[in-house]
Amino acid sequence: MEPVVITGMAVLAASGTETAQFWDNLQAGRSALGPLTRVQSARLTTGVAGEINDFDPETQFGKEGELLDRFAQFAVICARRALEHAGMAQRSPDWPYAAERVGVLTGTGMGGICTQDQGFRTIYGEGATRVHPFLIPRSMYSAATSQIGMATGARGPSFTISTACASSTHALGEAWRLLRSGAADMMIAGGSDAPLTFGVIKAWEAMRVLATAGDDASRACRPFSRDRGGLVLAEGAAMFILETASGAQRRGARVLAELAGYGATADAGHITQPDQAGAGNAMREALRTARMSPADVDYINAHGTGTKLNDATEIAAIKEVFGADAQRLSISSTKSMHGHAMGASGAIELAATLLALEHQVVPPTANYTTPDPECDLDVTPNQAKPRPLRAALSNSFAFGGLNAVLAIRK
Amino acid sequence: MPDELTREVIAVIAREQRMPAESISPDATFEELKIDSLDGVNIVFALEEKYNLTIPDEVAREMKSVRQVVEALRNQLGAASPSPA
Repeated sequence: MEPVVITGMAVLAASGTETAQFWDNLQAGRSALGPLTRVQSARLTTGVAGEINDFDPETQFGKEGELLDRFAQFAVICARRALEHAGMAQRSPDWPYAAERVGVLTGTGMGGICTQDQGFRTIYGEGATRVHPFLIPRSMYSAATSQIGMATGARGPSFTISTACASSTHALGEAWRLLRSGAADMMIAGGSDAPLTFGVIKAWEAMRVLATAGDDASRACRPFSRDRGGLVLAEGAAMFILETASGAQRRGARVLAELAGYGATADAGHITQPDQAGAGNAMREALRTARMSPADVDYINAHGTGTKLNDATEIAAIKEVFGADAQRLSISSTKSMHGHAMGASGAIELAATLLALEHQVVPPTANYTTPDPECDLDVTPNQAKPRPLRAALSNSFAFGGLNAVLAIRK
Repeated sequence: MPDELTREVIAVIAREQRMPAESISPDATFEELKIDSLDGVNIVFALEEKYNLTIPDEVAREMKSVRQVVEALRNQLGAASPSPA
């Protein structure tokens, strides 16, 4: 089995539209959550989101941008930037790999929901006789993968994974599997989501798991803190360049980290309630495939949504898998700062985890106020923590009990 | 000098294709203008919105040139109203 390395990354999130800005905000414990502005309605109660406001993805495209929903625009921009970061040309003829040996694997929870929401509103709500003919090509879940392929010329195994909030973690893990198995030499992988529409927010409100803005919207998401108020919806994307270790070495690439292991499991339990065994087994499998023991891991970027059920279950699962080593681990939820970008979360959090390893600093769980006896591990409250970091896990536990965990190593 | 409807159709094509109207001859084919099938569907949608009418699929599928678009539109406008604007 070929080892797999990460040689490029790019992130677009509320916390930053450039990697340096993203990391500055995370390591400073600065929340990027704020008042919801992309949707204005007195019929919404949440009032807070992780929005990308200081960057208009439309400006990065010409006429072809009309065919891309916001989620696909995020994805293509990140793919281009990740290639550049990896020292790779933008188009396949200039790559050291055959185009057929490079694939694209993206995760998304909601696909082109902005386009769908708007299009369906005109026919249901406004009685329009027709919708725009680009509704289908813009809103299909696989559009981001296709558009990255078109933008770069990658012609290898390419598809999309949709597993709700674990989508991009599964996408990265399956890309790892393709590379290990010899099915590809390089993969452009990650995820994107742009779910901030009236319909989506209303639907999440109905679940009664959303935090409300309160007096200070930036403090709305408080994972592992006893006074937690729920999750905060966000948008964004992150893409990575994954290569076989031998390929990366041949071309003299700078290696950011080894993508060392991947665990994917299902709870087969409940459509919304998480299960400790499913989460624990995914972490165990990530360790096993990475040939790591609990003693090798120094940091876990938690799924950490800021809902009572997730937080308590995740901490219990970590204790079960890590035993005595759980006390030594640094854990944090960066969702406290960039919010929950649905299917893009896992990719955004892998970016945070990679940067933690690069800088040897654990980004904190922001907005932490009150210890929760059910979350009594070191969740890195409010202050970043410099410490030697050899290896880390990034957890994603989706609604519907579909779990994915990635393990990376320096 | 092209008639008013032709000028309007050219304006819509120019806007949707992001090309100067002056570069679009009334005799141009879609192929010459590099208008692919998806672009064509988009142009038909824009014209339906502008004139508030429905162009049937079988008519839309036959549109391969500016002139065919104008003629099809003229027929639809004529069918919709006895005295088209």
